[in-house]
Amino acid sequence: MSNIPSNLMYLESHEWARTEADGTVTVGITDHAQKALGDLVFVEVPEVGRTLAKGAQAAVVESVKAASDVYSPISGEVVAHNAALQGSPELVNQDPYGEGWLFRIKPSDPAELEQLLDADAYGKIVAEES
Amino acid sequence: MQEPLIFHHSRPGRSAAAQYPADAVADVPEHLRRKRPAGLPEVSELQAVRHFTRLSQLNFSIDTHFYPLGSCTMKYNPRACNRLAMLPGFLGRHPLAPESLSQGFLACMFELQEMLKEVTGMKGVSLTPMAGAQGEFAGVAMIRAYHRARGDHARNEIIVPDAAHGTNPATATMCGCKVIEVPSLANGDIDLEALQRVLGPNTAGIMLTNPSTLGVFERRIVEVARLVHEAGGLLYYDGANLNAILGKVRPGDMGFDVVHINLHKTFSTPHGGGGPGAGVVGVGERLLPYLPVPIVGRDDDGRYRWLDERDLPHTIGRLSAFMGNAGVLLRAYVYMRMLGRDGMQRVAEFATLNANYLLARLRAEGFDPAYPERRASHEFIITLKRQAKELGVTAMDFAKRLLDFGFHAPTTYFPLLVPECLLIEPTETETKQELDAFIAAMVAILREAEQDAAKVKGAPYTLPVRRLDDVRAAKQLDVAYTEAESGA
Repeated sequence: MSNIPSNLMYLESHEWARTEADGTVTVGITDHAQKALGDLVFVEVPEVGRTLAKGAQAAVVESVKAASDVYSPISGEVVAHNAALQGSPELVNQDPYGEGWLFRIKPSDPAELEQLLDADAYGKIVAEES
Repeated sequence: MQEPLIFHHSRPGRSAAAQYPADAVADVPEHLRRKRPAGLPEVSELQAVRHFTRLSQLNFSIDTHFYPLGSCTMKYNPRACNRLAMLPGFLGRHPLAPESLSQGFLACMFELQEMLKEVTGMKGVSLTPMAGAQGEFAGVAMIRAYHRARGDHARNEIIVPDAAHGTNPATATMCGCKVIEVPSLANGDIDLEALQRVLGPNTAGIMLTNPSTLGVFERRIVEVARLVHEAGGLLYYDGANLNAILGKVRPGDMGFDVVHINLHKTFSTPHGGGGPGAGVVGVGERLLPYLPVPIVGRDDDGRYRWLDERDLPHTIGRLSAFMGNAGVLLRAYVYMRMLGRDGMQRVAEFATLNANYLLARLRAEGFDPAYPERRASHEFIITLKRQAKELGVTAMDFAKRLLDFGFHAPTTYFPLLVPECLLIEPTETETKQELDAFIAAMVAILREAEQDAAKVKGAPYTLPVRRLDDVRAAKQLDVAYTEAESGA
């Protein structure tokens, strides 16, 4: 069974989002997504300073099976990305909700967060898929 | 690997004179000759023969094994096609020879164009694209040229269903278009409502594979064509799966404006080796002026000649130095002449029959079809989602274990839409005995998975290499030999 922490918000396309104390939002891919992809060999994260629209293609994760786009759950400016992934993409497999985070965004419209799924709703989607 | 690199057989001064181009070397002026040896292996003729024969025996190939690699159409290519394409008159013809001395070759190419028009239902064909990717590029470039010629500059969006062939989004991007994805329904057909939502004044066209990579025929294709045309867009047919419908249904009749065909797939050239190929394109009325050149034309007096920019001033231009890969085109020509119209239909009939036989038998043995309510086209998908969950044995484990049974694995984990999938395409050239042997192997592996999952997960056991580390292979590419490694 995949791990779906109850304190995060989710997208149907298997990204998670977490609001930090400073109001920025950290984004990654879910445990279910990393399992489905298999061992990652390459991760491309967005440049700091890039402006993303909600739903825009933000990052790319490539595994031994497939390359997949990662979408931004919210509009705003990228304020940080996880540079460690360049040399160690396996962090996403090992710790998708921690060391394997992808990028952090400063939301331009925090109200958009309310449109994301909670853990229960996302869990139902995963259950349907698996 | 049990076979060392040929460099490891090397000893200084050893040589095989049989193929040494002594005369050619003597003709190279002294100042142009290299000062240091080229670092080539130095082996005897027998060592070279044994080395490469042994290497060839380590491979799976269509000449030695059943190769049901879905979406790839790994079928047998009759030797006769190659033999006739290698007649001295063809081999010795210089591409710059005058038309008057090339009438035989040009006649074959003209007839090939005519036969391909007939089999696709198109109005014009150009043989010049040298591979599938170039054929796709030519197709979308023509769609763009068509809109530009009409002053319709806003049309820069190419719609690609998620069940399309994987290369389509790349092609659209290469042509400067934006890719708009539309989803499939649970039954494998395109979601028409989603399609209608994305159609509009920016639509340049749609790229479709039919049958799709889900192994099913898009049943509402005529409706799709109507909607796209009404929105002002054009329809591109990816010929990846043409084998399934050869001589039965024609893309032109479905409403497509442009098709590309991989001759190195359906028409008697082996593929998967990196070429050479032929990605010929066919077009309907609207795109005729934009076909890539050269094309072979026939004048009123029956003489064949090259048609170039003077004949087609609106052409998208040239894609290769001369006209495609002549050898591949000739093999396709011979193959089509050997099959004839009736034979062409039998290709599709047997390809489809074999796929449906495999599907029905595997289903009866306890495998789950991904689209249980659909008939297979020339290929079909089974999903091992249930086995992965209950037994911990994945599609990859099945694929690896099949190698021990003497079968090349089907396509795994593609299409991405279906979890733990095997995409299986038997093609028309396999016998029932071979299909039955494959089914028996699949059943044997399923029993193993139920009783001893570790055994399946440890496969393969009988091949020159065991389970590879996919991650290391992707991250630490080491394919170049350096002198340092020789120990010399």
